[in-house]
Amino acid sequence: MAKARGRPRGRLVDLAYFPAVILNSALPMQATARNTDDYMVTEEPYYAAQGQEIELFEAAYTNRIPVLVKGPTGCGKTRFMEHMAWRLRRPLITVSCHDDLTASDLVGRYLIVGGETKWVDGPLAHAVRVGGLCYLDEIVEARKDTTVVIHPLADDRRLLPIEKTGELLSAPLQFCLAISYNPGYQSVLKDLKQSTRQRFVALEFSYPAADLEQTIVEKESGLSGDIAAKLVRFAGMTRNLKGSGLEEGASTRLLVHAAKLMASGVAPRTACQAAISEALTDDAEMLTAANELCASLF
Amino acid sequence: MPDRPLTAEELEERLEDDLDPVLSTRRTAEGPALALARFTRAQQNFVLHWVSVIVKTNSEMGFQFASQVPIALDLMDIEEVEKWIIHAMDVYDKQGLYPGSRAFQAVEQYSCALSERVVGIGFEEVEVVLERFLRGLSGRPLKLIAGDRVFTDSERIFLPACLASLGSPGRNFSLYKAMASFLWAQTRYGTFRRGAEEPTALSARCDAYPQPERAQRLFEALEAIRLTACIERDLSGLYREMMSLQRELGQIVHPSSWSGALHRLRRRNATVRDSFEFLSELYSATDQIPQPYCFQGRMQLEAVESAMQERQLREKEKFRVALKRLVDGQPDTPVGVAQRSRLEMDQRPLEVLNEQGSKVLTVDGQPLIPPADMQALMRSIWQDFGEIPEAYLVPAGSAPYWVDNGGEGRFREDLVDGPRDDNAYVYNEWDYRRGHYRKDWCVLRETDVHPSDESFVEDTLTRYSALVGQLRRTFEALRGEDRLLKRQIDGSDIDLDAVVEASADMRAGMEMSERIFTKFNKSERNMAAVFMVDMSGSTKGWINDAEREALVLLCEALEVLGDRYAIYGFSGITRKQCCLYRIKRFGESYDNGVKRRITGIRPHDYTRMGVIIRHLTGLLRHIDARTKLLVTLSDGKPDDYDGYRGEYGVEDTRQALIEAKYEGVHPFCITIDTEAHAYLPRMYGAVNYVVIDEVRKLPLKVADIYRSLTS
Ligand SMILES: Nc1ncnc2c1ncn2[C@@H]1O[C@H](COP(=O)(O)OP(=O)(O)O)[C@@H](O)[C@H]1O
Ligand SMILES: [Mg+2]
Repeated sequence: MAKARGRPRGRLVDLAYFPAVILNSALPMQATARNTDDYMVTEEPYYAAQGQEIELFEAAYTNRIPVLVKGPTGCGKTRFMEHMAWRLRRPLITVSCHDDLTASDLVGRYLIVGGETKWVDGPLAHAVRVGGLCYLDEIVEARKDTTVVIHPLADDRRLLPIEKTGELLSAPLQFCLAISYNPGYQSVLKDLKQSTRQRFVALEFSYPAADLEQTIVEKESGLSGDIAAKLVRFAGMTRNLKGSGLEEGASTRLLVHAAKLMASGVAPRTACQAAISEALTDDAEMLTAANELCASLF
Repeated sequence: MPDRPLTAEELEERLEDDLDPVLSTRRTAEGPALALARFTRAQQNFVLHWVSVIVKTNSEMGFQFASQVPIALDLMDIEEVEKWIIHAMDVYDKQGLYPGSRAFQAVEQYSCALSERVVGIGFEEVEVVLERFLRGLSGRPLKLIAGDRVFTDSERIFLPACLASLGSPGRNFSLYKAMASFLWAQTRYGTFRRGAEEPTALSARCDAYPQPERAQRLFEALEAIRLTACIERDLSGLYREMMSLQRELGQIVHPSSWSGALHRLRRRNATVRDSFEFLSELYSATDQIPQPYCFQGRMQLEAVESAMQERQLREKEKFRVALKRLVDGQPDTPVGVAQRSRLEMDQRPLEVLNEQGSKVLTVDGQPLIPPADMQALMRSIWQDFGEIPEAYLVPAGSAPYWVDNGGEGRFREDLVDGPRDDNAYVYNEWDYRRGHYRKDWCVLRETDVHPSDESFVEDTLTRYSALVGQLRRTFEALRGEDRLLKRQIDGSDIDLDAVVEASADMRAGMEMSERIFTKFNKSERNMAAVFMVDMSGSTKGWINDAEREALVLLCEALEVLGDRYAIYGFSGITRKQCCLYRIKRFGESYDNGVKRRITGIRPHDYTRMGVIIRHLTGLLRHIDARTKLLVTLSDGKPDDYDGYRGEYGVEDTRQALIEAKYEGVHPFCITIDTEAHAYLPRMYGAVNYVVIDEVRKLPLKVADIYRSLTS
């Protein structure tokens, strides 16, 4: 950070001077050379279907209806989207939403590139142009103004107005908007508004049934049957505690983490404690209970 | 006769003089007086003396002492009891009322620690962990209670007040865990299960033998074989631990004539029926019954049977109501047709369906997915019967459970807003049995809480000073403000300072920043919250203190945050006298008046919630905020004198909350009732409540919950 301190600030600047400032700027050509191929999913991501979600998604895609995937964290939503992108042979552009994410983060902005202001598409605009799948993960986390750009895209107009350039992008047939949402949050701000949710076909995800979850854990970690089965039972125990001391039970993701630790030689109880119990809670009594539950299995 | 012990009446009178400030119609000195009547006059004098001493410090502590001292006198000699008193008062002086009261309540633990200072462990130390442990193991929630016998009635598990039979606290904890798990296994693996059509109760089966007591002990031993095998299969780690405890305390030897029983009862598909068969086979063939396991306890068959009977009635009705709701909720089922539809239940064993038992119910071949509370209910029924009995599969009542009866189902504006007499408002109430509102049923009046000049607020702030500082900082960080963000990558305006810097940088041959814009960041916090605080009689004593403390801390936090908020207390007696106590209105600042009213919050009568929710929803209607919250602080179920209880109270409250949601109000409930899981999901929805398991944590948690609720 070679910023010199103490130089004069707040001086009035002749605006005519402004373009000169930009001239010869050595800004890297970041973000301009986005290539569609970068977003292609070339190898089949392993995905074990919980129900009819693959068929449903395909039907929604053919009919150009956007998709809402609901479910607790770590139950396979992201993996499902990757799998669908591979199946449909479309690029997948994923945006993890957070509370600072604004509409312009999605649509795009002017950057100063090579001495000129240059428009650079945001991920959503990019997905619209190339006809990809755009997956807005945890949409309720984003700032509220993002719904303004999503709405016209999510009904049958399928339009993305770019206010700053005056452009009006019309989404090609291949484009698909998908958003995810966790209905289990206790925050009133993280409720999806009716006017938004009613534009989507909703696919509900939950933790996979026990035998399926065991298969997933085995496939993802290379762990053998018996231990994987116990892990899944441990997950079930933590899920029984949801609302009685735990905000959430262990997700499939956490199971996979624990399984991977075990596969590289960590003892089962240690792996469960590090990858699952500690990830779920800081409460000392809850941790003791979780460790006792784990010990009752392994 | 100077040394005649005082009678219960005399004792009650004496106690009442001292304890009057903390007594009410529902909380009298009768219990302590009765328990004290059997002691000597000297012991009684000792107690009365100490009560009068303790109430000078704090009346509630006096009450706690009087309630616990009979137990103390049984467990310890007078000198030790005195030490216990000094210890508890010491805790009170240093840490306040809740820890102080807890010190009195933990009398068994105290005496246990006294005698077994090193190895023993008390019930209180294991209670929370074990309750969670059992909840994790699945099945119907079981409440842990300290008692002198080890048994379960299928809803509660009774464990000793302290354990010291093994050489270290860790081993004694293991023994606690083994006991709790074994009793859990009785409920989980169907020791008390009978087929729905099977008339013979367990006690009747034993009574059929010449020596019922012996038959029961034999049955217990046989079931122990079957249950330990179940535990071995499903929880092998736990099984190893249980067996190692038993080894330490002496192996169990089974007579050779038991080998057939051992073999069959250990098989995966063995049930309680097999134990019955061996009971009749071995009753005359065995002369010696094996020792019980160290974690086995003794069955209390009457307790189980009465708990089961009561539960089965309750759950059958609940299930049929839930079924009705589920069937009517289906988009394609016209109301009324449901009764004639074909309902089918997948009757595979609980073991198969347990965790994911969701798609087990079909109506005319269409699978229905029961909501979470109904699934829990189904699991509990399964535990009792091993199936959902045929008779349960009939949706409740002919009148639809929840009907939107057009105009009538909405409330009348004129009644909501227009006062009848000076200060009275009239509201409808939902009668679930009729599926209709009762018109103009409740009369509500608003009054101010009578302010008090005690130094409660300052005391609370001092006691929690560290926490207050921390709360302020947390909430400061949360505060949303409209502000101009500088040095942004894009934005509505150019940040001249940044441009100047950037150009200077460039002139100097450095890389130029791209952050040269300003952006206006508009605060998104546009929130109004009403807190409704339970002021019913049941909050008397430390719950009331905890509520007041919680409000003090909450106000500190909200003042920092700048959200709009109002606080009201509620209580009342019968539908004609529903009372809303003003503590802080919207627009009123957090001044001395408010503080004196918080201090003045006192318990009153009953808890009629629906009418209060309707009134406060009306209040929120006039507030212009994007997000509107209605947060209830409560200690129990809706309950009023004139039949407003059980199902009726829950359903009216639920209805009032549905009306509130319809108007864009988000309801949320914070409760200290640990039984709340049984009714709050129905009222507030699965995610819209929090249970705080210890009263003393309430003050610490409320502000925190508000924070996570609104961010
Ligand atoms: N149905 C599934 N098929 C394959 N893997 C799964 C499945 N569900 C969960 N997983 C595993 O769980 C992990 C977390 O899933 P992810 O899709 O990231 O969850 P989410 O997006 O719902 O939070 C994945 O990386 C994968 O290992
Ligand atoms: Mg994800």
